[in-house]
Amino acid sequence: MKTDINFTVNGEAVREAIEPRTSLADVLRDNLSLTGTHLGCEMGACGACLVLLDGAPVHACLVLAVQVAGQKIETIEGLNNSGLVADLQEQFHDRNALQCGFCTSGMLMSAHALLSQNSMPSRPEIRDALSGNYCRCTGYEAIVDAISATAERRSKIVEGVQ
Amino acid sequence: MTTSKGHIGQSHRRENALRHLAGRGRFVTDLVLPRMLHAAFVRSPMAKGKIVELDVSDAAAASGVVRVFTAETLNDMCAPWTGVLDHFAGMQSGAQNLLAEKEVLWAGHPVVMILAHSRAEAEDACELVMLDIEDEDAVVDGEAALAGGSPLAAEGLDSNLCFQTVLKTPGLDEAFSSAAHVVEGNFTFGRHTAVSLEPRAIVADFDPSTGQLNVHQGTQTPYQFQDVYSRHFGLPEGKVRVIAPDVGGSFGMKLHVYHEEMATVAASLKLGRPVRFVADRLESFLSDIHARDHRVKARMALDSNGGILAMDVDDMTQIGAFSSYPRTSVAEGNQVIRLMGAPYQMPDYRGRLSVVFQNKVQTSQYRAVGHPIACAVTEALVDLAAEELGLDPFEMRQRNLVADDAYPYVSATGYQFEKLSHQASLAKLRDLMGYDALRQEQATLRTQGIYRGIGIAPFVEITNPGATFYGVGGARISAQDGAVVRLTPAGDVYCAISVTEQGQGTETIIAQVIADQLGVTPDQVKVSTGDTDTTPSGGATWACRGAGIGGETALRAGRKLQEQILTLAAAILQTDPTLLSLANGAVVDTATQHERITLAEIGRIATYRPDTLPKGCDHSLTVAQHYAPTGYPFDFTNGIQASYVEVDIETGVTRLLKHWVVEDCGRIINPLLVDEQIRGGVVQGLGPAFFEECLYDDMGQMVNASLADYLVPMAGEMPDIEIAHIETPTLDTILGAKGVGEAGTAAAGAAAMNAVNDALRPTGARVSQTPMTPMRILTALGHL
Amino acid sequence: MKSPAFEYMRAESVLDAMAAYAGMDGDAVYLAGGHSVMPAMALRLQAPSLMIDLANIEALTGVSLQDGWLRIGAMTRHVQAMTNPLIATHAPLFAAAAPFVAHPAIRNRGTLGGSLAHADPASEFPAAAVAMRAELEIASQTGTRRVPADAFFRDIYETAIEPGEILQAIYVPNPVAGQMIGFDEIARRRGDYAMVGVAVQVVSVENTMTDVSIALFSVGNKPTRAVGAQAALIGRALDGASISAAQAALGDDLDPSDDPQFPASMRVHLARVLLGRVLANLKAVA
Repeated sequence: MKTDINFTVNGEAVREAIEPRTSLADVLRDNLSLTGTHLGCEMGACGACLVLLDGAPVHACLVLAVQVAGQKIETIEGLNNSGLVADLQEQFHDRNALQCGFCTSGMLMSAHALLSQNSMPSRPEIRDALSGNYCRCTGYEAIVDAISATAERRSKIVEGVQ
Repeated sequence: MTTSKGHIGQSHRRENALRHLAGRGRFVTDLVLPRMLHAAFVRSPMAKGKIVELDVSDAAAASGVVRVFTAETLNDMCAPWTGVLDHFAGMQSGAQNLLAEKEVLWAGHPVVMILAHSRAEAEDACELVMLDIEDEDAVVDGEAALAGGSPLAAEGLDSNLCFQTVLKTPGLDEAFSSAAHVVEGNFTFGRHTAVSLEPRAIVADFDPSTGQLNVHQGTQTPYQFQDVYSRHFGLPEGKVRVIAPDVGGSFGMKLHVYHEEMATVAASLKLGRPVRFVADRLESFLSDIHARDHRVKARMALDSNGGILAMDVDDMTQIGAFSSYPRTSVAEGNQVIRLMGAPYQMPDYRGRLSVVFQNKVQTSQYRAVGHPIACAVTEALVDLAAEELGLDPFEMRQRNLVADDAYPYVSATGYQFEKLSHQASLAKLRDLMGYDALRQEQATLRTQGIYRGIGIAPFVEITNPGATFYGVGGARISAQDGAVVRLTPAGDVYCAISVTEQGQGTETIIAQVIADQLGVTPDQVKVSTGDTDTTPSGGATWACRGAGIGGETALRAGRKLQEQILTLAAAILQTDPTLLSLANGAVVDTATQHERITLAEIGRIATYRPDTLPKGCDHSLTVAQHYAPTGYPFDFTNGIQASYVEVDIETGVTRLLKHWVVEDCGRIINPLLVDEQIRGGVVQGLGPAFFEECLYDDMGQMVNASLADYLVPMAGEMPDIEIAHIETPTLDTILGAKGVGEAGTAAAGAAAMNAVNDALRPTGARVSQTPMTPMRILTALGHL
Repeated sequence: MKSPAFEYMRAESVLDAMAAYAGMDGDAVYLAGGHSVMPAMALRLQAPSLMIDLANIEALTGVSLQDGWLRIGAMTRHVQAMTNPLIATHAPLFAAAAPFVAHPAIRNRGTLGGSLAHADPASEFPAAAVAMRAELEIASQTGTRRVPADAFFRDIYETAIEPGEILQAIYVPNPVAGQMIGFDEIARRRGDYAMVGVAVQVVSVENTMTDVSIALFSVGNKPTRAVGAQAALIGRALDGASISAAQAALGDDLDPSDDPQFPASMRVHLARVLLGRVLANLKAVA
């Protein structure tokens, strides 16, 4: 039996009729064609499906779409359009901190959340923040470098403003 | 970018990375086609047994279900496939078909295919299938499989031995009998698997009105699958199009023929509508090829100065119930026994290989086929020898590595090396890692109860394989690649090429190579890959061929177009083409570098005003080029890795502190991408050295088939990896590039194992099984 | 891996939730963070007909001091254990354990109550609750009761919560003067379930341990109180000798299962090593 849910995705009000068993990830991908949210394990172990739920990263595969009624979701598409992570994306690009790209959305979500809470994370702190994001291609170092460099650049901008 | 030359060798960023960073990747898992059905499979819960009852009527009647197929209703669509090749004399394997008929041969063997309007509904219906299997004794262990009285892994085999071969030099016995020292060891290398983050995915779309089959597949080898689908389903090759868009990791795993993909194509042919199969993670663990699974007994003979005289190796590798298709499951073991001792001057050798069936999912080619096993065994013995002789590991290697001026050189196993740089690499590594200071640090910390170890491992990597690799065995696996390059009417450049992109940067390096031939910048070269309808046929991506073979193909195509453009320009300018060259997006006077006519103007004239050209002037601005290696059978590369590891000798927990790589892949086209290939490869070598293992119980059930239980390497456990290069271009090609994709994986585990054993040395403990888990380390230390 | 179909309701009160459950004849599941039940359903190991979401229930939220106890609403998220100042000072073992629990995104969603009610013997929070001598408040249709953590955990995934009942809050006794805590685990990778873990709470007055509470996890079917190790420490100074005695006592305290991939002897060995290290590093509560 399908049920109607209303929620906000990337600033747009969305109404979808879904089965209660449908995960948030499946609704984003299948109903809304927001395919930047990827599915790698469907059990919260790989981090490819991370989205922001009321600002905090969560696994879209472990949240039912019916649970987020009335709440705000941001996916990689929205985060990209917001421009908030443009510098982070550029650092990833500069260092080739992605190969196949399947983990990248989740990596950016984790990196964005980390930098929002800790403006100058150490390398071990960055690696720790990525402990739930699996990447088979890169070896992680370039991702750590990109996040670290973004933090540094942001701190310089803040200093400059002050 | 202002210069128009010298892009080869520059760290250009990947344009296609921008899409992924924006969440705009285009993966097969994202593809939705009209009227598309979703497939799910009922799989054997047992490792071996006979199907005694199969009732799918409830499943067929379930909500959302469109069709249910069994072997009886689907298998006649497809000519069976058998994973043997002629040049592996005497090898055997059973034929495979879409769904299990009568017998099931591993836990996960697909028996029933259900097609429904959603994957969830297909899974619901799977639970309604009545499948009764009479359990039979499974062949789980390779050694037991070879013993007398063992049941057979599959009906129709004459024994559980798939293949056996021996390589031997005449002086082997004399070498061991005259040796001053013999060191030996027994090694076990666990089964692991690729775990690409995007699982296997296929959307097959057959249109009965035209007879056209379009297959969207996450694969590294679209042409191979075009051939496979054409032959096994009896379709004209021209009516089969295989499209590989963005692929979420492959690493060798996505070039094998799988039951599920073949069944998906068959179902689409039957139903005349698109059918989608995307493996979930559980299915991936149960049906993707696994890798390695070797037991190796090895010894090494040395003279009194520590000179290596010979190695004697016995490798038993366990491959599952079938040999995989079309490459076979023998190639891995074959490379193991041929790569043993490869970096060293070693006159004599014996290598014996036994490839054994068992009731598990197939093992087959995965990144760095055979390399990590050969490297780990060789380097463990070299370290043991160094210890016995009281030599430093660097000194030991220096005495034995083939001298840099000794090439061409033929190894005891018959590999022909054009030119390698082992000694220079060794020296460079020593500097790079600050070896002497590291040894001091190690000694100091040991007095504080901290056990750290340093391990090194030189390696040889097989790249740029020619047709002798698979072609001679009768496999329809292309050793050549093809490119079509054209100048557009606006003066831009377009290249369609058969090598494919999985994020390693193929498209970027091809653009760099072509840009240099045509005097443009790489961003003016649009490269397309991964579609059998729009690119010329070729081998695509496997065994490290993208840069070496694909790059050379592009270079030659670019030069051909260069010549064509210059001829045309000379006709327009009424001058001699030999006085002209290409630079800055234009034809220039070679002597003065003054611009004579832009590429855009040439494109305009050739396209819109060919009437203004001299009579008979060829105004084509499209060229095609194919290239296959014709010199050495392989372009071998070399390098050396070092690992610095801390072992907590109370808990057995290891910490990877740092890793170094010196690598020589010949001409480097893009250092940024090469380094990232190496880093990713190293981590794919460290994963199985410490974490990754497909664990089975005595019944042949995989007991850790989830990402929560199968431990992949994650950011927190992996070290920073420092890289340096030596460049020894191959003279076989104009470009001089060799491969680099396997290098990191080839020796990372070997260096790490030597490092762990170096850390453990004061305790007398040794580990010779991967992954090197806390349990195995604690066992070695006598704590358990 | 798609869940079987079910109906969903969002309960507005504990009574509302329990009434819905009662109507399903046991064929229902309460949904807290969902991070254990969702994977189980995706793997089709569980197939309830009704999911009852507890997210809207006010009574299950909040962190407050009450009569010498810290009351933590069951729906308090893991991340709050890392950020809430009251938890840091009044339930410090939860704060110490939280960074070890899975990964950041899991902690944003997972709940303390969910973790305790799920009672995975490899989980961090149950052991922390035992070591802090927390009490678990369970709501039933006839009222609420508080169960000491020691009695709450019964077996693998089995607690004092009867079918249909709801874990409402966790009560942690306020710290006393001289209290110290220690928490650590040995895991294969960051965020993995521990091979062995230990939570320790000690009260030391004038260099003598007057109270010792030790719980280990991943050593048996439930978080395990190390009775012998506690006895070996109490009344003594914290030093090499008393620590060795505590380590030795673990042999009788623990009875882990034996597995080819993980022998019982290895768990006991690791537990001894870890307990020794945690005791040696005990930290005074801030």
